[in-house]
Amino acid sequence: MTPSPTARADVRKTYKLYIGGAFPRSESGHTYEALDAKGRWVANAALASRKDARDAVVAARSAFGGWSGRTAYNRGQVVYRVAEVLEDRRAQFVEAVQRSEGVNARQASATVDASVDRLVWYAGWADKIEQVVGGSNPVAGPYFNLSAPEPTGVVAVLAPQASSLLGLVSVVAPVIVTGNTAVVVSSFRRPLPAVTFGEVLATSDVPGGVVNLLTGDATSLGPWLAAHMDVNAIDLAGLAGDAVVAAQHEVAAADNLKRVVRAPAAEPDWTAEPPLTAMTAFLETKTVWHPRGV
Amino acid sequence: MARTELEYAPAPESRSIVDIKASYGLFVGGEFVDGHGSSFKTVNPATEEVLAEVAEADEHDVDLAVKAARRAYDRVWSRMPGSERAKYLFRIARIIAERSRELAVLESIDNGKPIREARDVDVPIVAAHFFYYAGWADKLRHSGYGETPLGVAAQVIPWNFPLMMLAWKVAPALACGNTVVLKPAETTPLTALLFAEICQQAELPPGVVNIVTGAGATGQALVGHPDVDKVAFTGSTEVGKAIARSVAGTDKRLTLELGGKAANIVFDDAPLDQAVEGVVNGIFFNQGHVCCAGSRLLVQESVAEEVLHRLKRRMATLRVGDPLDKNTDVGAINSPEQLARIRELSEAGEAEGAERWTAPCQLPDTGWWFAPTLFTDVTQAHRIAREEIFGPVLSVLTFRTPAEAVAKANNTPYGLSAGIWSDKGSRILQVASQLRAGVVWANTFNQFDPTSPFGGYKESGQGREGGRHGLEAYLR
Repeated sequence: MTPSPTARADVRKTYKLYIGGAFPRSESGHTYEALDAKGRWVANAALASRKDARDAVVAARSAFGGWSGRTAYNRGQVVYRVAEVLEDRRAQFVEAVQRSEGVNARQASATVDASVDRLVWYAGWADKIEQVVGGSNPVAGPYFNLSAPEPTGVVAVLAPQASSLLGLVSVVAPVIVTGNTAVVVSSFRRPLPAVTFGEVLATSDVPGGVVNLLTGDATSLGPWLAAHMDVNAIDLAGLAGDAVVAAQHEVAAADNLKRVVRAPAAEPDWTAEPPLTAMTAFLETKTVWHPRGV
Repeated sequence: MARTELEYAPAPESRSIVDIKASYGLFVGGEFVDGHGSSFKTVNPATEEVLAEVAEADEHDVDLAVKAARRAYDRVWSRMPGSERAKYLFRIARIIAERSRELAVLESIDNGKPIREARDVDVPIVAAHFFYYAGWADKLRHSGYGETPLGVAAQVIPWNFPLMMLAWKVAPALACGNTVVLKPAETTPLTALLFAEICQQAELPPGVVNIVTGAGATGQALVGHPDVDKVAFTGSTEVGKAIARSVAGTDKRLTLELGGKAANIVFDDAPLDQAVEGVVNGIFFNQGHVCCAGSRLLVQESVAEEVLHRLKRRMATLRVGDPLDKNTDVGAINSPEQLARIRELSEAGEAEGAERWTAPCQLPDTGWWFAPTLFTDVTQAHRIAREEIFGPVLSVLTFRTPAEAVAKANNTPYGLSAGIWSDKGSRILQVASQLRAGVVWANTFNQFDPTSPFGGYKESGQGREGGRHGLEAYLR
């Protein structure tokens, strides 16, 4: 179809990575075609490379001290702010989910609602999880003894392949709300909601580097992240149903004894209320002793 | 002033309380059975005397033990109300207390640890651990971790605290309704086999606890058995990683309690005598065969000289020798292999430029011994500052600011424990929050309690043992 000479050509967005609070292209210069559910071209997404993944780990490590050092109250505020900004851009996300997942407007709308609500739910956990999973221990001696959860560090997240927004939010929020920082590989075939979610994070008071979003293939980026010695944990959600590849990731993760959330046999129903283990899988328990006496 | 020599008369604990058999089989399905494999000797490390021949379980034996555990799980233990399971565990706790001296003496003989420690630390903690988890058995729905057991647990434990590690593994597993196959370390199998007798006395249903003795191959067969649902391991980080690889791609749940290289940080405002006492306890307790040992002393520069002076003076009073002597502070090194490793790393310390000082003491002629030793002029690059020595060797480093202390303390792939010595509360809390370690002892060290979760960050392991948190590993 020949465009009308008087029609305005739209200005299209370049879909980039989100690393350390900035939006770089892949250092490799590679992109891949993101298609909609009907197989039509939508955009050229950045194809993240091993180097991008390593840069993202550096950014996540740099951000860890500051983010984990925030008060739980403040982290809750920030995650709530993410929900607010996502809600504010809901029309854009409804369209992105509709195109990526091939669902109708009503279904896409429900997915965006659930994603916002999921963020609100996790925001509330920020200053409660410690009271639920920590506590004092009545040791048999004159000691004060307290166990409290702490974030494990840098968490690699292979986001779900099918649920491009709700699934993404459901694996990222529990990681960061407790003070971890994340390197996230988006759904390979449905990357666009993740890219736009990066823009939400960038405008929501989330410090740069707390969440780093890579678009690309989890099966090619995953092994680098699984073997990376400065990554403390890995969520293999994006390898659901691929038991052989998931097992290879587990083997690589043993190099520095990462905490591993195994890949499920099939992608779960992300609308269900998450279990507490979604957060505790990425928490360490620290127990502090001190003598009592005068 | 002339140094006063305090002479102690020997005060040996009688070993007549224990009856060590010439040979031991495996404990499977509630009975002692012969193994199908060969056997190995367990030796008293203080005398090099062979104590007994012990069966080395092969794959077939391990399979029989797992089958016995599965049967007991399906038919009895998982169906029994928690309140009934609890009573068996309470019985076990009570029998351990009743037979505590026997257990302590046997532990000391087989392991080489001082009777004072086996008697006053290990065995009381073991009884208390069973008593603590017994009480959880009928309260699991309040645990926050569900109340469904996993099934059969494969448990592999080390030689440094043979009975205590057994208790940390077996008590929570049984309380949650799992059955277990436990492999004690090849150099210290005897107290586990005595524990098997205690299970018989308690009339624990056959197959709920099975004990297979052997070395690495037995452990591999157990961990790799397709019908175990849970693997729990305490030991070296190297073996821990191998186990993590071996369970990859399975549904087996895994907890690991591995090595450490703990920093014990002494600030200039610390009560120095208490700190020195804590540093000595931190590294020389159990001959330094402690995964959470305070093996790196970080001392603030302004008090370093004074601390070292007092530390050497205190170390010179440590009594090294016969583990069964009630006055002994430091016992025998558990095996010649371990002694060789301690020697090798200590030699590396000297070769790399650190200065070695050894406490003046007379070592017995037979047995395996290593005198309490400290190194000064240690840098963070030295092997003795990075690698777990697992012996009575302390590496001393200095720092100027709290930030430097924290950076040095965290500069390790391990993260099991740490110590802080200071009189300033706000500093303790700040430093404690910055240390990447699972247990932080402030103005104390090497404290353990059944209610207190224990376990590491980073390469020191995964999961926690002890307390409510310890239930998570055995429930779904």
